[in-house]
Amino acid sequence: MSDKKRKKTFVQGPISPEKIANSIANHQSKTNIGAHDIFLGQVRADQVDGKIVGAIEYTAYEEMAEEAFHEIRESAFEKFNLTCAHIYHSLGTVKAGELCLFVFTSSPHRNDAFEACRYLVEEVKSKVPVFGKEIFEDETHQWKVNK
Amino acid sequence: MGFVSVKYFGMIAEKTGKEIEQISFEEVGNHLTDLKTYCEKSYPGMGDIKYQIAINKCLGSKEVLQEGDEVAFLPPFAGG
Repeated sequence: MSDKKRKKTFVQGPISPEKIANSIANHQSKTNIGAHDIFLGQVRADQVDGKIVGAIEYTAYEEMAEEAFHEIRESAFEKFNLTCAHIYHSLGTVKAGELCLFVFTSSPHRNDAFEACRYLVEEVKSKVPVFGKEIFEDETHQWKVNK
Repeated sequence: MGFVSVKYFGMIAEKTGKEIEQISFEEVGNHLTDLKTYCEKSYPGMGDIKYQIAINKCLGSKEVLQEGDEVAFLPPFAGG
């Protein structure tokens, strides 16, 4: 049985550590799971020309992005033996040091959880229309581009 | 004559000063290439940005536009 129900991926503002703890707790009743893997994306205080990034303001083409998240998740279930897979991404302002992406995979054994987690993160970064404005501490900005 | 909805995001919306507009076939014709040229001429700096186009939420789906299509100009993705 896989947890394939479509749910909303975007959350307003940073992803709280409590949300992550609660997600882990919610999976303790699923005793066919033997391994979890978690990726957490955190906003980095990059230094550019002497200025420091204080926050990233995320926007998205939301309808297309939700569709892309759904397709990516479905393809992970096809490729790996997963029990559960969850993706949460921030919209709006996330300060340096706060979390903007939470990917959580669960499977009977570790390899599928590891590989699926990496797959989901890479797919999210390359295929989902999310845009990030890096706001410097002096309130100027530049646009983030994924490498 | 028909219209398409054109959406702009991120650094492109910054160049256009708007996130959405209706553009008529009468103004630009119904070919995507002509719409791109029209937008790049209308908004200085937009042509310098590397972008992808999604039509009705699908990347690179067609060249000939139809009434009611939603055309989105998407700058480089920055999720995560």
